[in-house]
Amino acid sequence: MTAREKERLRTGLLFISPWLLGFAALTLYPLLASVWFSLCDYSVLTEPVFLGTENYRELWRDEVFWLALRNTVVFAAVSIPLGTALAIGLAVLLNQPVRGRGLYRTIFFLPSLVPAISLAILWQWLLNGSVGLVNEVLQWPLSLVNLVAGTSLRAPDWLNDPSWALWGLVLTGLWGAGNAMVIYLAGLQEIPAELYEAAEMDGANAWQRFVNITLPLLTPVIFFNVIMGLIGSLQTFAVPYILTNGGDGPGRSLLFLATYIYQSAFDYWNMGYASALALVLFLLILALTLVVVRFGEKRVHYAGR
Amino acid sequence: MAEIVIDNLRKVYPGAKGQPDKVAVEGASFTIHDKEFLVLVGPSGCGKTTTLRMIAGLEDITSGSIRLDGRLINDVAPKDRDLAMVFQNYALYPHMTVYRNMAYALELRRVPKDDIRRRVENAAKLLGLLEPDNLLERKPKALSGGQRQRVALGRAIVREPKAFLFDEPLSNLDAKMRVETRAELSRLHHALQATMVYVTHDQVEAMTLADRIVVMNGGRIQQIAPPLEVYHRPANLFVAGFIGSPRMNTITGTVTGEGDRVIFTEKGTDHPIRLAMRGDLARLLEKHLGQEVILGLRPEHLADARDLTDPDPGATFEARVDVVEPVGAETWVYLRSSAHQLIARVPHAEPRTDIGHTLHFTADLSRARFFHPGTGESL
Ligand SMILES: Nc1ncnc2c1ncn2[C@@H]1O[C@H](COP(=O)(O)OP(=O)(O)OP(=O)(O)O)[C@@H](O)[C@H]1O
Ligand SMILES: [Mg+2]
Repeated sequence: MTAREKERLRTGLLFISPWLLGFAALTLYPLLASVWFSLCDYSVLTEPVFLGTENYRELWRDEVFWLALRNTVVFAAVSIPLGTALAIGLAVLLNQPVRGRGLYRTIFFLPSLVPAISLAILWQWLLNGSVGLVNEVLQWPLSLVNLVAGTSLRAPDWLNDPSWALWGLVLTGLWGAGNAMVIYLAGLQEIPAELYEAAEMDGANAWQRFVNITLPLLTPVIFFNVIMGLIGSLQTFAVPYILTNGGDGPGRSLLFLATYIYQSAFDYWNMGYASALALVLFLLILALTLVVVRFGEKRVHYAGR
Repeated sequence: MAEIVIDNLRKVYPGAKGQPDKVAVEGASFTIHDKEFLVLVGPSGCGKTTTLRMIAGLEDITSGSIRLDGRLINDVAPKDRDLAMVFQNYALYPHMTVYRNMAYALELRRVPKDDIRRRVENAAKLLGLLEPDNLLERKPKALSGGQRQRVALGRAIVREPKAFLFDEPLSNLDAKMRVETRAELSRLHHALQATMVYVTHDQVEAMTLADRIVVMNGGRIQQIAPPLEVYHRPANLFVAGFIGSPRMNTITGTVTGEGDRVIFTEKGTDHPIRLAMRGDLARLLEKHLGQEVILGLRPEHLADARDLTDPDPGATFEARVDVVEPVGAETWVYLRSSAHQLIARVPHAEPRTDIGHTLHFTADLSRARFFHPGTGESL
């Protein structure tokens, strides 16, 4: 390195130093500290005591951990595809040249501006088993089915039924599809209209144009949204926590890794164990993201100039 | 087999808020014969693309009709018209290889895989996409402009459509490629014996490619004729000025009879150009004695009198040389008569005339055209 380059490096580092300091104090230090705590018995009030890998061995035997892991993965595996399909579907619809399109876009985007707390409280009511709006809507088609097929299907008591609570949460999550929708809309508008015309001349119908033109050219946006969705849904915490009034749902059906971390840390004051859990969650997110990136490499089409 | 009959076609784009409606095409009627190469030409915004897109089915028709082999197709979806279109910027599918770009239409039609391969490879060979480099497995972004252009052509060819529609397919190529591809298109038309409709604003493309030219201006058709007829017998002043480079000379003047001669006298000057008409022209102009007319004369029909062995004195006049432009094989001489600016194309590579000199020029009046000053129509 020449003197001049050294000089430039120093200036550059100086300029980004506020961020570097923030990163070191608020991200890097806690991260490293939690690696250390995960190897200790630590209850905040006393000094940490080194335990070695005991927390991790405990975790391996802990049925609650496996349940939380299962719930977390199932939630991600269901809500990401559903959310993606819904957001793309809405974006395609709202990209049609209809009158008042701007108004519709606003309407569908607005819900994603609602803060998580209000959202959760709202959905507590929407999903209420006896007076909730969701079941009100389900009432009519269900009674029709019952009448025709002679069944006796009933709308579930979403938040109090262990086998339905997770699905109720998935519904809640779809509420925020407007956020991804806006990104997909922007992606759709990047696709030149001429490609659709060329496909039309080639004999493609609307569905074939969607599958052969829209989807492939939208893959970079889908890729981005899926990664963001993955990171977000694996860390799911606030909404189920509030939906269950600070619990983990009937039969722990709304217990997620993040919930379990919180419980271990602040209900049981077992900081060491919580740190181990957090590290596992971190590695899980990292691994799954890498898998998706690998998977996307060949399939994502980037419109290089 | 394809014959496209267009009758009284009209297209109105509704104006945006507070704007008046825009009439893009008005009362266009013409027939594209089977195996014909028809070129739509006209200045920017004259409605060529709109007309082509209505034929393709990509644009709704406001009124009028389009028939394809006798069948009314006004409301037939583009995919059911069996026409292929080559777009101005090619519109290749960026995520598909060259092979799939060409095969896609056939895949949609469930053509057997072997047939698809055979047809794509034939087209690729015809267009030089296999030699020297095999481009079939490349993506469009790894191709040059000229190569993309040929893939777009190939995509149309493999379909063996009823007719080909081209919207300025050469306008994104450099001058050299444009000339080459123009010739290639001509060859292709002969090889395929296909019906082709071609839109351009380039009159050279129109002249060289067309069996017949449709000249448009302001949404209206000005003339429909074979290229040389458009050139030598333009239907009106617009066509006269639009086709041909440098543009046709026009001189406004009056027709008088002097004894048994019919004389055209330039207007608006004390030293007018005076030209004596003979034969057919004299008989034509006799009907306009005492009236104002516009004389049109191509630059190549104006000669330096010194180059002629026996210049016709009745067609010779004096003019001052303004500018001299040697363009290679010939020279363009800009003249000033007392009221008009004229251009003569003289067949000398070396300019012999000095700027500012007054020389004699002779018009080949047998090639002159006359137009009505009010309507612009040919007399
Ligand atoms: N979608 C549209 N909405 C409103 N007006 C339009 C639309 N498309 C074209 N026009 C107008 O219609 C007229 C004809 O347009 P068109 O594209 O057919 O011209 P063109 O002859 O192809 O010109 P160019 O050589 O520039 O391509 C123009 O005045 C244009 O502004
Ligand atoms: Mg155009």
